[in-house]
Amino acid sequence: MASEIHHKLHTSPILFAVLATVAILVGTVVTMFYPMLTPEMHPKLENLKPYTPLQLAGKDIYQREGCNNCHTQTVRPLKTEVMRYGEYSKAGEFAYDRPFLWGSKRTGPDLARIGEKYPDAWHYFHFENPQALFAESNMPSYAWLKNRKLDPSDIEPHMKALGLPYTPGDVTALAGKTEMDALVAYMQVIGTSVKKKAEAAARPAVKETHVPNPLAGDPKAIALGKELFKSNCAMCHGENAKGGIGPSLVDNEFLYVAGDVPDDDYFEIIHNGTQPGMVEDGRTAKGGMPPFKGTLDKDKIWSVVAYIRSLQGK
Amino acid sequence: MSDYHYDNQTVKGFIVSSIFWGVVGILIGLWISVQMWKPEWNIPPFFTFGRLRVVHTNGLAFGLGIGAIFGISYYIVMRLTKRSLLFPKLARFHLYLFNVAIALAAVSLFAGMNQSLEYAELEWPLDIVVVILWVIFAVNVFGTIIKRKEEQMYVSLWYIIATVIAVAVLYIVNNLSIPAGLFKSYHLFAGVNSANVEWWYGHNAVGFIFTTPILAMFYYFLPKSTGIPIYSHRLSIIAFWSLIFAYLWTGAHHLVYTPLPDWIQTLAIVFTIFLIAPSWGSVVNGYYTVGSDWSKMQTHYLTKFFVLGITFYGLQTVQGPTQGLRVVSQLIHYTDWVPGHVHMGTMGWVTLTAAASIYYIIPKIYNTEIYSVKIANTHFWLVLIGQLMFSITMWITGIQQGALWKAVTPEGSLKYTFMETLARNYPFWQLRTVAGLIFTIGMLFFIYNIYMTMRKGKALAAAKA
Repeated sequence: MASEIHHKLHTSPILFAVLATVAILVGTVVTMFYPMLTPEMHPKLENLKPYTPLQLAGKDIYQREGCNNCHTQTVRPLKTEVMRYGEYSKAGEFAYDRPFLWGSKRTGPDLARIGEKYPDAWHYFHFENPQALFAESNMPSYAWLKNRKLDPSDIEPHMKALGLPYTPGDVTALAGKTEMDALVAYMQVIGTSVKKKAEAAARPAVKETHVPNPLAGDPKAIALGKELFKSNCAMCHGENAKGGIGPSLVDNEFLYVAGDVPDDDYFEIIHNGTQPGMVEDGRTAKGGMPPFKGTLDKDKIWSVVAYIRSLQGK
Repeated sequence: MSDYHYDNQTVKGFIVSSIFWGVVGILIGLWISVQMWKPEWNIPPFFTFGRLRVVHTNGLAFGLGIGAIFGISYYIVMRLTKRSLLFPKLARFHLYLFNVAIALAAVSLFAGMNQSLEYAELEWPLDIVVVILWVIFAVNVFGTIIKRKEEQMYVSLWYIIATVIAVAVLYIVNNLSIPAGLFKSYHLFAGVNSANVEWWYGHNAVGFIFTTPILAMFYYFLPKSTGIPIYSHRLSIIAFWSLIFAYLWTGAHHLVYTPLPDWIQTLAIVFTIFLIAPSWGSVVNGYYTVGSDWSKMQTHYLTKFFVLGITFYGLQTVQGPTQGLRVVSQLIHYTDWVPGHVHMGTMGWVTLTAAASIYYIIPKIYNTEIYSVKIANTHFWLVLIGQLMFSITMWITGIQQGALWKAVTPEGSLKYTFMETLARNYPFWQLRTVAGLIFTIGMLFFIYNIYMTMRKGKALAAAKA
């Protein structure tokens, strides 16, 4: 009997093809087709907003240039990964991504939390000359995107194809914008639907008692701070902390107000970064400073503060 | 009907075309390997890493891989059905359309027309051409098999039939998209769903382009060239059905620790582990076949191509499932380990087996012997050394990257900035370029050998005429 079936199967191509199709379709239906019919595959975060025409144009350029070949856009729920990049990725963040752009290789860093991490100026500077920010980077320069104007009539059909809301004004506003503008706009929106977790204050809850820098004036700490400053801070605040993309740290102005603040405010801003509208000692931040709590431990941050103080002559 | 000349010319056309696209793909591979450690080698807009990498993968998977698969499958189908192709003119048209499609694919990818789906980058008009290519192939293969003159269908025919069916389902579903003009489209599926569909496709493209048609070659050409029959017919039956059943469940092992629902990830991991069994069914079958007479390793130059090929298939199908495990994935996913893994399969298993098949076919078509066994042996050792060096350096640097990304200080903060972890890859990336060069030189020996065999064959035919 068994050998009869066997014989039939290997002499009848039609029967064979039908059975092979069935074998192939079982796993397909269970793992790919069935999930598609369930709501868990179509989640959408409350804060998630559809792409604007400028952001979509930027996303199109991201795809055209194959950025996803070197950058992932998904933070795994692993401790060190969350420390390095931020909150792990949620299924509901990607409802407008056709296709998903999670990528499969991190030649460069993950970009899932790049939105609002740095000011726009950082991105323009970096795209133009990545090695000027990170000497050892292997990222190609994208300076040429500055010279290419967007074509609004090109982007409108893309918005229509995706069924995204827009006004005629949104489209005409694209005139004069460059591809670089669009790419930066896209960078700044990636991953922003997940609200940044309220940053736990790094110092004692009682605001009035200021904690002094335990490493103040320590030559060893200043030397370490100098090293750390060079690799983490100089690209934005300048080689001698006189400012660049970020503000000067030696001009006796802090958060856009004249006059210095105590050491632990420095500590907190390095530790947590800044968000627009955040208030520190009555001064309002504009955002743009990334948090360093994942990469620099307490002593390292105090060392950086000690180094900055030494530059200020304090 | 006994005249195979016309069809043999088509087979040869596919083989020559696939070698041509292979050279293009390999040279671009070398180029992007240099870009990894020398960003000045990026020439915008057409020749940056982001655009060239997809020309490399598509050129080799579709140009070299599928070109060789079409040609060699036609050859196998004719031999196993004991007749010429049912539609010889259609097969010739297939050859021309294939080359037009690959040329257009390369140009469109240089131009940045890219769906951003790995191994399904081509935009929708070219997707339609690719589907037409597979339909033509299916019509000719099924037609010829139905009108065959040999009652039994040998195992190689099963693998070819399964390839056609699976590729049709996979390619069409994953490429469903919303067109936004002639050169741009958006995936029909969004977010996590898009990811699940893409990796269901992506993993099975590997399964049904780099596995089943290559097994068809292995099961046909190993016995043919050594003269030893396959060890166990029963084992090949069990391995076949369990392989094509289990493969389709495993795509989500590419999405471990992503926001994809956990149950899909876990199910994929389980089936991935199971997949070792049918894969090793073919490995065991291959080893026991040659095992009945190991002296063939010395006496027939092609035996070692097949044995090393199936060895790398065996290693690949253990390493792959291991990578799917969460505990391993968390360390090596997104690192250079993965290109190391992929290239063991493509440079080891696929290229060795396909090259050996071509070494067998070309002298048969020209009714002559291979031009030089010595050159074939040189080719063998060079590609073997190049491939091992490539994979091993990438595994080392991959583990290093994963470990540095995870390293924390005693105080509990990250020990290395991303730049520090990147800079340590450079020596390994440079070694990889050297490895690629060695492999490329090996392939040039292969091409020279095939070219000289064809020249010899032509001269012989002319002398007879």
